[in-house]
Formats: sequence, C-alpha cells, structure tokens
Amino acid sequence: MSTRITRRRSGFSVRLLAPLLLAPMMLAPVAMAAEAEGHGGEPAHVNWQDWKANNQISDQASLQRGAANFANYCASCHSLKYLRYERMAKDLGIPDDLLRKNLLPDGAKPTDYMMVNFPKADAEAWFGKMPPDLSLITRSKGSDYVYQFLKSFYVDESTATKSNNLALPGAAMPAVLSELEGVKRAVFAEQGAVGGHGGGPVVERFEEVAAGSLSPEKYDAFVRDTVNYMSYAGEPSQLQRSALGIWVVLFLLVFTGFAWLLKREYWRDVH
Amino acid sequence: MGGHSSESGPARTGFMGWLNKRLPVDAFVKGSMTEYYAPKNFNIWYFFGSLALLVLVMQLITGVFLTMHYKVGEATAFDSVEYIMREVPYGWLLRYLHSTGASAFFIVVYLHMFRAMLYGSYKAPRELLWLFGMVIYLALMAEAFMGYVLPWGNMSFWGAQVIVNLFGTIPVIGPGLVEWIRGDYGIADATLNRFFSLHVVAVPLVLLLLVALHLVSLHETGSNNPDGVEIKDNKDAKGNPVDGIAFHPYYTVKDVFGVGVFLTLFCIVVFFMPTFGGIFLEKPNFEVANAMSTPDHIAPVWYFTPFYAILRAVPDQQLGALAMALSLVCLVLLPWLDRSPVRSIRYRGWMWKTALTLFVISFVMLGYLGLMPPSPLYTTLARICSVVYFAFFVLMPIYTRLDPVKPVPTRLTSDHE
Repeated sequence: MSTRITRRRSGFSVRLLAPLLLAPMMLAPVAMAAEAEGHGGEPAHVNWQDWKANNQISDQASLQRGAANFANYCASCHSLKYLRYERMAKDLGIPDDLLRKNLLPDGAKPTDYMMVNFPKADAEAWFGKMPPDLSLITRSKGSDYVYQFLKSFYVDESTATKSNNLALPGAAMPAVLSELEGVKRAVFAEQGAVGGHGGGPVVERFEEVAAGSLSPEKYDAFVRDTVNYMSYAGEPSQLQRSALGIWVVLFLLVFTGFAWLLKREYWRDVH
Repeated sequence: MGGHSSESGPARTGFMGWLNKRLPVDAFVKGSMTEYYAPKNFNIWYFFGSLALLVLVMQLITGVFLTMHYKVGEATAFDSVEYIMREVPYGWLLRYLHSTGASAFFIVVYLHMFRAMLYGSYKAPRELLWLFGMVIYLALMAEAFMGYVLPWGNMSFWGAQVIVNLFGTIPVIGPGLVEWIRGDYGIADATLNRFFSLHVVAVPLVLLLLVALHLVSLHETGSNNPDGVEIKDNKDAKGNPVDGIAFHPYYTVKDVFGVGVFLTLFCIVVFFMPTFGGIFLEKPNFEVANAMSTPDHIAPVWYFTPFYAILRAVPDQQLGALAMALSLVCLVLLPWLDRSPVRSIRYRGWMWKTALTLFVISFVMLGYLGLMPPSPLYTTLARICSVVYFAFFVLMPIYTRLDPVKPVPTRLTSDHE
C-alpha cells in the first residue's frame, strides 16, 4: 500500500517541485551522522529527543520552500483546515500566478481553506484512520516534535507500513519521505539500556538501507523548511505579531519615560 | 472624606453648575480624588491595586469583542477561537490580550495580597477591606476557571473534569452537586454553555460590585502604608492628614508611570511570547476537547497550582479537597489569626519575618510542584510545603503574640522614593 501512495506522490511532486524547491537546498547545516557520536566514553546513541527544528519564522524563502514541500508531499492527505490558500500566499509573498500554477490543487479556489479530497473510507482502509489535520500540530506538539518525527522513520518489518517512528511509535503514517531521505534501519541498544532521557528505546545508530534522492544535509533543510511552514500555518498572525510588537513596545517605553518625568515634576512639592 | 462642593471656592455656574445640582460630580471627584488623602510614602508595592483595576477593565473590553466572534457550543467553540486568531482583524491581539490578561490579573493580585501581608493592611480597621478582597480573589478564580474552559481545548476539557469533580468529594450532596454544575453526566455542551453565561455575565457583574465595595471600604478607612502608621492620627489645622497627599494628582501621575512599566512588560509577553512557554496557553489546549484522549499530564493553569499541589499532597482525595478548601479559608481568616500589635513588617520581630519568608517559599514551591507531573520526591516536597503553609496560619496567633516587636513611630519615617 505504502509504495502505491509513495509512487503517486512522487509523480505528483515532479510537476510541482521545480521552481520553489531546488535552488536553496544548497544550504545544509546539520549532518545526522554527527548526532550519533557518543560523548566522552559513554556508549554512542542517537539523541533524537534533542533534535531541534531551529526554524526561522522570519525567513520568507524558507517558508515558501516549506509551502511547496507541504503541497507536494503532505497536502494530499493532510488538511490545514484553518488556512486559506490566498492568505498563505499573501503572508509568504507568493505571487498569485505562482500560487495558481504550483500550489493550488485542481479545482480549488484561492479563497478556499486547505482541505483534502481524500475519501475517508480509503484512508481508513489504508491507514486505519483519517490522516489528521495539521493546522495546529506545531502548537500542540511543538515544532521540534514535527522535526523529530519527520527525521526518525526507520524500517520495521513487523508493521503494516513496514516502517516505524521514534517520535511516534506505531505511527500509522508510512515513511512517505523515504524517496528523499532514503531508507534507514535503526540499531537498538541491548535491552535494559536507559535512554538519554524520555525512557524510550535507545538507538545506537542508523544504518542506511537505501539512499534517497537528497543528501542528509539537503533532507535536513527540506524538513526544516517544511516545519517552518507548518509553524507559520499554526499561527499565521505571528508574522504580524512581532512586526507590530516592536512599535508597541517602543511607544510604551517612550510613554513610560514621559510618565516618569511628569511624576517627578508633580512630586517636587511633596516633602 | 465626602465632598463639600460649597466649602472650597465659589459655586460653579454654567453647565457644571447645572449638573452639580443634579449629580454630585464635583463632590465625588473631591471626595475620592483631589481631596482624598493618601499616605505620601507608598512604595513599589502600592502599584498593584490600580494595576488590578486596569487589567479588570482590559479584560472586560477585550472580552466584549471576543464575545462578538466566539461561538459557544461543543461543535463550534474551538473552531471559532481559531477563526478569531486568523480571520478576525486583530482577533489574535484581542485573544492574546485576554489570555495574557488572565495570567497578569493573578500576578498583580498575588503581589497586591502579598503587599497587604507585608504591611499588615488587613489588620483593624481594614478587616472588611481584606474580606472583600478575598471574595474578589475567589470570584476571580471562578471567572478564570470558566474562561479557561471556553476555548474547548483538550486541557480545558480535562481541567474542567478534574476541578468540577472536586465538588463530588463533598459528603452526601457531592455527586448530585457535580451533576448540577455540569448540567450533564459529563463535561459537555450544557457545561460549556453555562460556563459561557457565567463567565460573560454573572461573575463579571459580581466582580464589579465587589470591586466597588472594596474601593468604598478602602476610602472609608483610608490606605495603610509601609510604616503601618495611621496618618489620620496627625492632622493639620484644616483637618487634613499631615503625612497625606491628595490622591489626585500625586498618585494618579505616579500610577500612570506604573501603568507604563506594566504595559511594557505585558506587551512584550503579548507580542513576543504569548503562550509564555506553554504556561499561559498550554500545548494540549491546541487540540480540541476529546473525551477519548487524556493529555499526558493534567495540570491546572499556573495560578491554581499552589492549591492543586496541596490537593495532591494529601493521599486521600476527599481530605485533599478539604485541605485545598481550608488553604483558602486560612487566607480569609488572616485578620483574626494575626495577633501582633504591629502592622508593618518594618517593626515586627524575627518570628514574623521568618514565618512570612517560609510561607512565601512554600507557596512558590507549591506553585511549581503543582505544574509538574507527580514523582515521589515532588510529593514529599509538596507535603513539606503544605505543612509549612498551614503552620504559618495555624501557629500565627501564637508567634505573632510572642514576636519581639519594635516601637512604632507616630509619623511616617521615610520620604517618598
């Protein structure tokens, strides 16, 4: 089943992927291999609970790439039911023609909310449940969680999807991004080993089973952009919020300064 | 006290003269502002009363606008809050002002109450003033709790479940009472609707009435001050307190400065950290209420957690609820438990200073412990802090009598800052 979805998705993505996505993938700060190294004599293990999304909501290019990533790889199954295409394009500085060409699904209007046309019966047959709406996932679970989730799929023959996830054990979602990331196997520490924290299973290292189309650095950037976009989708007003907030706080500082002078002036005659 | 428009200056003519014959505007302004004398040595602790009033007004105004867009009901409440956050122009600002305002309200009220403890402001003749304040505090807790349920997030739902069930521990009437409060066999649509009604209409009315009584009572006794000296005992030839200054303009301009400082800090939170790291707005509340899915760790919002920690510290649920109720009753009884001849901490002895310090530490610790998931260590700590909390009140009649107090001056000692 999962291969069918994946193939469909990759065919879908080729059409949309091109303009927004490719160029900025050059930048790539974090290598996953570095994370697996142990500290000072301790047995090596993957501290996936410590992975940080480190996304910058003020990075508009990253948000645009994230919007494309989401449209290509997530939006067929996951809605963002509180967000309208038009609002998103406006907030992210995406021109109307690019919105219509690259991001708007067939038959959708720019003023529509980002819903899915996924038959519920199919969803339940394939995954056992309807894929959840992701409007608020970064608010309810945090951006770091989503980042960890998208980077911690591993092969698990015992599940229906043939994959499993460290951040969400038993995830119903197949590893749909494996064509980009590649397929990896988790090497678990022996039974009884205690994790860095959280008490979950301890992963000593990942082993590559099949390479993906993106290098680890590029995949990391891909996930970070996607998480950045989902963080935006969780609270679109955060872009306005900090922009307006600076002026409000500056005004209040000036106001408070004058209020202090006024108070001092009046209180001169109090002895 | 009380205005006498004819005593000072010629009677007004024109519109104000016409008005004053029909409504005592000038008399009121004089009586409660320009000729209301307050001690001249108020320090930083005296900002929080006026700030509480400011936050109350802000909550009322933002609340009115939120109510225009909020749609009460199990099926609509959560979505309508997101609608406010995304589609209503500046709806996000209204909502963050209101949600941050709720926490700010408790911050200023806790500091305001602590001020009263520092300077013995609850002692005679201000016991009733303290009582009105305590009832305001209880009404505020009810108001905040019901407001917290309205967004219908999962923590709203489960928090309501836990708190409403506390009433079920009352012997005999408990189970029936819980059902009566909820209006259903569980937290449901009926509960949400009645909480909306109470949050938006009933409790705000009660709060406004109580605040009016609190202020009238304050103006009758006059303010206490950091020295705990009655300024009315020393009056000049005109009958005005020598150590008093007119509330307006002196304290109005000073309070405007306090408002500036407060709003600056407040707006930094509203605009740059509105969830305050998941403390003012909690993560599980961004998921819609779900009776099938319990959050990993149910905790009330931070301002209830000291009392919640006391509840959890007691092994028996029924006794825990009783302890929690008693922890509030203790505060109410403060004016009668404190037998010290001295008001202000400046002239009290080491016993009171030690007791108050331990009380503050235990209260803050309880607040922290109530936020955390229980663990054996935390439970032990919560038990120790609960014992300290109650010992502070229960032993108060004894140690306040034994406390070696210093002589109290007859006039205010310190100048204003």
